[in-house]
Amino acid sequence: MPNWIRVCAADEIEAEDLIRFDHDGRTFAVYRSPDDNYFCTDGLCTHEQVHLADDLVMDYVIECPKHNGQFDYRTGEAMRAPVCVNLGTYPVKLEGGEVFINIQGAEQV
Amino acid sequence: MNAPATLRDYSLTGPASGPGFAHAEWYATPIPRTRMKELMKRSDRAGLRDFGLWAGLTVASGALLIWVWGTVWAWPVALIYGVLYASGAESRWHEYGHGTPMRTRWMNDAIYQLASFMSLKNPVLWRWSHARHHTDTVIVGRDPEIAFPRPPSLLAWVLNLLHVVATSKEIWKALRLSLGLLTADQKDFLPESERPKAFRAARAHVGILVSAGIAAMLISSWLPLVLIGGPTFYGSWLHHVMATTQHAGLAEDVPDHRLNSRTVLLNPVFRFIYSNMNYHVEHHMYPMVPFYYLPALHEDIREDCPRAYPSLLAAYREIVPAVIRQQTDFNHYVRRPLPAGAGPTPAYQRPLIAAE
Repeated sequence: MPNWIRVCAADEIEAEDLIRFDHDGRTFAVYRSPDDNYFCTDGLCTHEQVHLADDLVMDYVIECPKHNGQFDYRTGEAMRAPVCVNLGTYPVKLEGGEVFINIQGAEQV
Repeated sequence: MNAPATLRDYSLTGPASGPGFAHAEWYATPIPRTRMKELMKRSDRAGLRDFGLWAGLTVASGALLIWVWGTVWAWPVALIYGVLYASGAESRWHEYGHGTPMRTRWMNDAIYQLASFMSLKNPVLWRWSHARHHTDTVIVGRDPEIAFPRPPSLLAWVLNLLHVVATSKEIWKALRLSLGLLTADQKDFLPESERPKAFRAARAHVGILVSAGIAAMLISSWLPLVLIGGPTFYGSWLHHVMATTQHAGLAEDVPDHRLNSRTVLLNPVFRFIYSNMNYHVEHHMYPMVPFYYLPALHEDIREDCPRAYPSLLAAYREIVPAVIRQQTDFNHYVRRPLPAGAGPTPAYQRPLIAAE
C-alpha cells in the first residue's frame, strides 16, 4: 500500500518553483513545473548535501545553490558538474487541491 | 576561536585535511524567498551586454595592437589590450564558471571555456577546485584556493603583478595534465570520472599555445605571443591587485563569509573589468546571484555586514600591515567587527586537529 503524505496545498508552491518538505528526519524538495505539474526529489544535493530548496528552478532544472550542479527534477538526472550522482525521485499526486508524496516509492534514473 | 600556535599545513592531504564545513551551517543574512528569486534571475540580455562589450573592446584593442605593432604606440595599446584580455578573462572565467550570468546554459559554458583558456586555467580542474573553495571557504586543509596562507609570500605577490608565479604554475599544471598526471591535492577534489575531461582540455590549451609559438617563429615576430598567451602574464596585474582584497589577512576556519571575505567599493571601470567581484562577501554568501545583481544584494544585506571598504586604497591600508605582521606572527589576522544587531556567527564546529 502506498504511504501518501500530505505536503501542502497545491497553490502554496508557485509555478516554476519549489518548497522544502521535511518528514521523519528526511528532507525533500517538492516542485511545481511551469506547466503546473508537480514533482518530488530528495531535498539535498548529492554533491555536498546542500538544501536544493534555497535555489532557483528554471524550466525543469533545479540547481544546487552552492555550486551550480544541475538536476532534471522530473527524473532526478544529474546534468552538470560538480554533481555526478542522480537525485532520488518520488511519486506525487494531487487530491482535493493538495499535494501528496509517496516516499516509499523512490524511483531512480 | 582556537588559533594554531605554529605553521599550518595548507595541503589537502595533510594533517588539517578531513571534513570541512560542507555540512555545517554557514551564516547567511536572511532574505525573503521572493526577493532571492528576483536576485537569482538570469538574463541573456544582461549577460550578452557584458560579454559583448568585453569581447568587442578586447578584439578592437587587439586589432589596434596589430596595426600599431612596431611603433612606440604598441606599448600603451598592449597595456590596454592585456588588461582587457587577461584581467577581464580572469573574472569572466569565474562568473561563467558559476553558470549565473546567462539563462541559456550553453552560452555560459562556451564563454567559460573561452575565458578559461584566456586565463590559462584548466576548465575542469578549476570548476572542481572552485566548488571546494565555496564549500570550505578559507578552511585550512580543505580550500585549495587559499591565496594567502600564513606566512603569505610577499615575493610571490610582487612577482604575480606579472603573473610570474600564478601563470607559470598553470602552464606547469597544463603540461602535467596533458600527460595524464595529477598531484595528490588534485586527486583529492577531482573525481575520477572528470579526469579525462581535464586531460583533454589541457592538451587543447597546450596545443593552442604551441601553435602561437610556432606562428611567432614562422613570421619572426613576438606578435602572436603578445596576442595569445602572453597577455595572461602582462595583463593580469589589475585583477591581481583587486583579487588580493578578497580574503588576504582575514580569519581562517570560520563559517561566516562576513569575517573571511571583503567587500570593497570600486569605480565602474574596475567593476566592469572585475565583474563586480568586489562584492565578495555577497558573492560568497549567495553564489547563485549573477554579478549584475550583486550591487543590489549589497544594499539588501549591508546592515548585517561589516562596513564595506570605500576604496582599494582603504583595503590595502589594512592588508599590508596584516600580511607583514603575519610573516612572524602566524596567529595574527584582521578581526572584522559586525555591526550592532547583526546576526551572530555560527559556532565553530570543526574538531581541532591533534597535529595542529
